Amino acid sequence: MAGTNCLVTNDWICGEYLRTRSQELADATVQHVGITAASVLLGLAVAFPLALLVRARPRLAGAVLGLTTLLYTIPSLALFSLLLPLLGLSSALVVTGLVLYSLTILVRGVLAGLAAVPAETKEAARGMGYGSGRLLWEVELPLALPALMAGIRMATVSTIALTTVGSIVGRGGLGNLIEDALPTFFKAQVLTASVLCVLLAVTADLLLLGLQRLLTPWSRIRAARAGGA
Amino acid sequence: MQVVADTWSWLTTGANWSGESGVWHRLAEHLYVSGAALLLACAVALPLGLWLGHLGKGGTLAVNLSNVGRAIPVFAVLALFMVSPLRNAGYVPTVVALVLFAIPPLLTHAYVGVREVDRAVVEAARGMGMSGGQLFRGVELPLARPMLMTGLRSAAVQVVATATIAAMVGQGGLGRIITAGFNTYDTPQVVAGAVLVALLALLVEALLVGADRLLRR
Repeated sequence: MAGTNCLVTNDWICGEYLRTRSQELADATVQHVGITAASVLLGLAVAFPLALLVRARPRLAGAVLGLTTLLYTIPSLALFSLLLPLLGLSSALVVTGLVLYSLTILVRGVLAGLAAVPAETKEAARGMGYGSGRLLWEVELPLALPALMAGIRMATVSTIALTTVGSIVGRGGLGNLIEDALPTFFKAQVLTASVLCVLLAVTADLLLLGLQRLLTPWSRIRAARAGGA
Repeated sequence: MQVVADTWSWLTTGANWSGESGVWHRLAEHLYVSGAALLLACAVALPLGLWLGHLGKGGTLAVNLSNVGRAIPVFAVLALFMVSPLRNAGYVPTVVALVLFAIPPLLTHAYVGVREVDRAVVEAARGMGMSGGQLFRGVELPLARPMLMTGLRSAAVQVVATATIAAMVGQGGLGRIITAGFNTYDTPQVVAGAVLVALLALLVEALLVGADRLLRR
């Protein structure tokens, strides 16, 4: 029974661990993905109107950017603990904390994307009779996508890493497995959960990159033309 | 707001500041691990980033590294160290984890800072007969300084804030005040710990901004 031995000898890599705890690993991964997805989507839902507000009223820029940066200086561990009296031991607590962190990156990403839209393009669209709503959705947002997606990718990847800290309140996805394994120095569990966490970040980043390519077909056409010419 | 009053009274109680688990001792630990990690990260990342920027090579690597830094789950890295023989090495696990976390932004900013120096200026300096070393010291480095300082500031603030995670694996620093309060359901202590770390991070940011202003003169 060489397989069982690796649990007894506490090896770093242990096939028997993967086999017997696959359900536990799957559950933790699902929780991790759920918390990350909810945090980034909610973060985007908050960051987008905030960025539009800042753009419409540049005087607010200092206050909004300063506040979101200030949130970034509060340690994740502290932020989760501080929200505890308000939200209790729940996933909502971890999601709220992560949303607050993602705002720094996302607001800047949306603003950078919108700022990169050429003024002539906007003028042309206005000249063609586009109202500000249609201009935003049909001209500015598609052109802002590359910078916006860069922000979303960065926020997603850092949220996946930070979710592990949610294990302080028992809602850290793969972080829970790491925390559980610490007191007994259970190497296989710590290593497996850590590797899964990194794999999750890489996968999410690649998927978002793929999504960006799908959403901006014109940039590929332009690249192909430039290459062919 | 009862919590605010209770937090204030926690912070103003002298007993909470003294002893092994008091604020002063935890602050000293926090400054020690953050400072050591930042210095080590600078020693590795700045020369490499500046050199790559000067050569104009390794750009993709340097730029992509900054995303890698954000992807590092510091808690997972610390936990890995704590179940390895490194756990008996005092502050080493925390410092190494923080160095790994701080290198990417420093390297990226150093590279981009040098790389984004106006090519026309660089060509002009070359045309005046400056050697590679003179060009680097006299032109590229001064013009890259704002970018370098931005990298240093964001790395320093993130290291100070992230060093609290060390407490989750039983290492020292101000995070211990938070976890200790957390374990005994002592909300004022948790708030006090969070406030102390946030203040420290802001103080570090302010000091670096001040140092940058002095350098510019």
